[in-house]
Order: sequence, then C-alpha cells, then structure tokens
Amino acid sequence: MQRQVPLLLTAGIGLVMLLYFFIPHPLISEPGHFFEDAVIVVVAFAIVLGAANLLQFNGDIIMRRGKDWPYKLVLLLSMFAMIGIGLVEGEHYLDPETKFSWMYNTFYASMQATMFALLAFYIASAAFRAFRIRNLEAALLAVAALFVMIGRVPIGNAISQHWPDGVRLPQISDWIMENPQNSAKRAILMGAALGVMSTGLRIIMGIEGSFARGENR
Amino acid sequence: MGALIGFLVGLVVVAAIIAGLLRVPQVATGLARLRGLDRRWIFIAVWLLVMLPLLFPLKLPVAPTSRAIQYYDEIEKLKPGDIVLLSADYDPASGPELGPMLRSSLLQLCRKKVRIVGDCLWPGGPPLLEQGFTQVARDQFHYKYGEDYVNLGFKEGREAVILAMGNSIPGTFASDFRGTPVSQLPLMNKVTNLSSVKLLVNISAGYPGTKEWVQQASRRFNLKIVSGCTAVSAPEYYAYLQSNQLLGLLGGMAGAAEYEKMTGVTGSATKGMDAQSSVHLLVMLCILLGNLAHWAARRQGER
Repeated sequence: MQRQVPLLLTAGIGLVMLLYFFIPHPLISEPGHFFEDAVIVVVAFAIVLGAANLLQFNGDIIMRRGKDWPYKLVLLLSMFAMIGIGLVEGEHYLDPETKFSWMYNTFYASMQATMFALLAFYIASAAFRAFRIRNLEAALLAVAALFVMIGRVPIGNAISQHWPDGVRLPQISDWIMENPQNSAKRAILMGAALGVMSTGLRIIMGIEGSFARGENR
Repeated sequence: MGALIGFLVGLVVVAAIIAGLLRVPQVATGLARLRGLDRRWIFIAVWLLVMLPLLFPLKLPVAPTSRAIQYYDEIEKLKPGDIVLLSADYDPASGPELGPMLRSSLLQLCRKKVRIVGDCLWPGGPPLLEQGFTQVARDQFHYKYGEDYVNLGFKEGREAVILAMGNSIPGTFASDFRGTPVSQLPLMNKVTNLSSVKLLVNISAGYPGTKEWVQQASRRFNLKIVSGCTAVSAPEYYAYLQSNQLLGLLGGMAGAAEYEKMTGVTGSATKGMDAQSSVHLLVMLCILLGNLAHWAARRQGER
C-alpha cells in the first residue's frame, strides 16, 4: 500500500499532465490547471523549508562553537536583518530610499558581484596552469577557444578589420559558434530530451519506482 | 577560399617558428622556468588589465553581430500601445553583464511607447527590475505605474509559473510586487495570458530562464521571444535561434555593448569592453605560455 498509492498518484497526475499538453478539453485542462497551481504552492513551501534548514544547521554549529561558527552567526544575523527590515518597511520595501534597498545595493549586490568577479582571476590562473594541449582533440579545443575569445571582443574586430572578408576574427568566431559548437550542443540537447522523456514514461508507467520505496533518502 | 588557405598557411608558419624556438636551449630553459610562476603575478596582471582600460579607455570599435541586430529589429517592429512581457530572470551576481541589457531594452521599449509588464523567476531579481523601471521608464519617459508599466515581482515555481502564465497571468500573479491586487491596475485588465503579449524580452542568467521560456511557452502559447543572457549560457541558445524559437540574442557583456551601440547609449557595457578585450588577450597569452612552458620542460626532461 505504501508503495502502490504513490505510484498510482504519480501515474494518474503524470498522465493528466501529458494529455493536458495535447487536449484542450475542460475535462483534461481544468485538472491540468489545478496541478500547475498546486506545483507553485508546493514549491513555495520549499523556501520556508530552506530557511528552516539553514537555521537548524547553522544554529546547531553556533551553539556547539563548531568550525567557522562566527561566519555562520553573521549569515543568520544577515538573514534576520533582511527579513526584519523588509517586514518593518512593509509594501514599499523596494522603494529606492528604503533601508532594505540600501542593504540590498550596498551588501547583497556588491558581495554577489565580488564573488562572480573573482572568477576572472581564477580563469586566467587556470588557463596558465591547467589548460594543457596533450593530443589532437585538446589542440582543436585550444585553437577554437583562442579564436572565439579574440573574435568575441572588439580588439578582435580591430586587429582583423583589414583582413579579407570571410576570415576576419569575428567571422571565424561566429562560424565556430554556429556550426561545430551548435552541432555538438544540439546533439546533447536531443540526447537529454530523449532521456527526460524515457524517464518520465518510466515514472508514469510505474517502472521507475525508487522514489516510492524511499531509496533516495 | 584563397584567403582561408592563406590564413591556415600563416598558422602553420607561426607553429613552425614556435617549434624552432623551442629547439634553442636558452629559450627552452627560460620557458621551462615559467612553470614555477607564482599565480599572484597573474592575479596582478588581471587586476591591472581590468583597471587601466577602465581609467584610460581605448575606445575600441564595437560592431553589432546579426544576433544583436535581430534583437533590436524585433523590438523596433512593435507598435505604440503594444504590451510586452519583460522577464528579468537574474540576480546581482550577473548584474554587470545583464544590467546594461535591461536598461537598454527598457530604453528602446519606452522609445517605442509600448506598455511593459515585468516579472522575475529569480528571487533576487525584483529590486533590479524595479531600479530599471524607475530610472528609465518613470524618470526618463514619465511612464505611469499601473497604466504604462507594472512590476509583478517574483513568483516561485519556475517552469510551473511559465505554464500557469500561459493559462492566466492575473491568475498566476494575483498582486504586484507591492501587494496591490492586479485587478486595481488598469494595464493588467488588458493582459490575459502569454498569448496576449506581443513579445517576451527575457534577460536571463541561467535556470530558470531563456531555455525554460522557449521549451514551455514558445510554440505552445505562440510567444515571440528575444533573449539577453550571460556569455556562458549563450552557446546553448544558438540552436533555438536557428530554429526561430528565439528571434534575437544578446550574449554577455559583448552583446550588451553591441545593443548599446544600436540604441545610441554609451553605457557600462561599452565601457567594460576595453577591459574585457585586455583580459581575453591575457587569458590567451596564459594558455600559450603555459603550454610552451610545459613543452619546453618536457623537451628538457627527454634530454
């Protein structure tokens, strides 16, 4: 029973959603709309669950004075500060002059941009230390990477603007992106789509029942 | 064809010169020593090559690609009063790349006098969208909130939100980002579902974003889509561009700079292109030098 009921529910809902895509009749589309709305509600609970999990996990480490506990304290204080100020400022919390907006722009936006910007330093370092051309495939990858990198920025255009038409660096970069790159990417997309379809069918037909047995726990 | 052959011959000549240089013992020893280079030197070089072009711009010419021109043209086709959905699916981490696209898109949309409904599938997005609306639509073009533009804010649910919007946008977003019921906003009385908007302008940093909009809404709800996305996700969308599921694409800061040029703005993306050009050159140099050092050390080891 513990296994059959979840499998039956999954098969039923999966079938309705599949038919909903092709059949616009109210008999199918109304349950389809209901399940769509239900997904939004269920996923919204994940935010509450995530916050609770964050509090429980980090709170425990802070109480035990575990590894890096001061950072975890800052994390929780920041979370409560943002939530608290947002609640106090009410519906206008996103207006430009609010404290919430100031904190968002001054702390949140700056720190996220900083973390992302660090990538530039590590990419340059990794390019020097790790990008080794050991065989023909790696050599082709390196040559393609060099052309795309130089062809996608204005300096590539400036260098090759007097070169013959067809072999200017931006044109070579575009050709690489639109032909070999796109072919490979499309093949990956198609493979992934077939995988998703087969997994979906296996779940609807009850062949893939590991989630009902709790094997993923 | 002749040009291509000449170009390939040139590449072979350069490779032959490098191979010849590696046979000179002094050159090989010098290059092999580079393997021990402290990576902090590379970090300093990156910092300098970002800072200097920002302080002393090189003003390298930006040439729009066909993808950016398509993006611009698709918005130009809109008529005054048309309703456009602007989905800002990103957060501040991608702000330097995508912020200029959002501002330039708003600028062109407002010039065309179209009405804009904004939403976000990323929780960190609503303030960025609101800043764009305030700076461009409200302050520059005197757009009125509720009549000319609406910010619906963020809704969790990813693909499910897209599907639900295909059925009913007011049903999915019962209130705007400030909590005002959408029934009190005159613009929202003219919007029913995704089929009722003329175009989706999607500014996307990843999942959920352009790929999900194309997969869930493009054909199903007959939705025209143009996308501005991060450079790292752009290659994935070329397939959708070729199949006309995407009608225009801006890839990364380079795409944003091309679009700024077409809209006649010298924004942060255009200013950032000099720095990006310099750092791209440095990364290329790092790849070449790293491999030359590796080959030189291997050659010395063989001896």
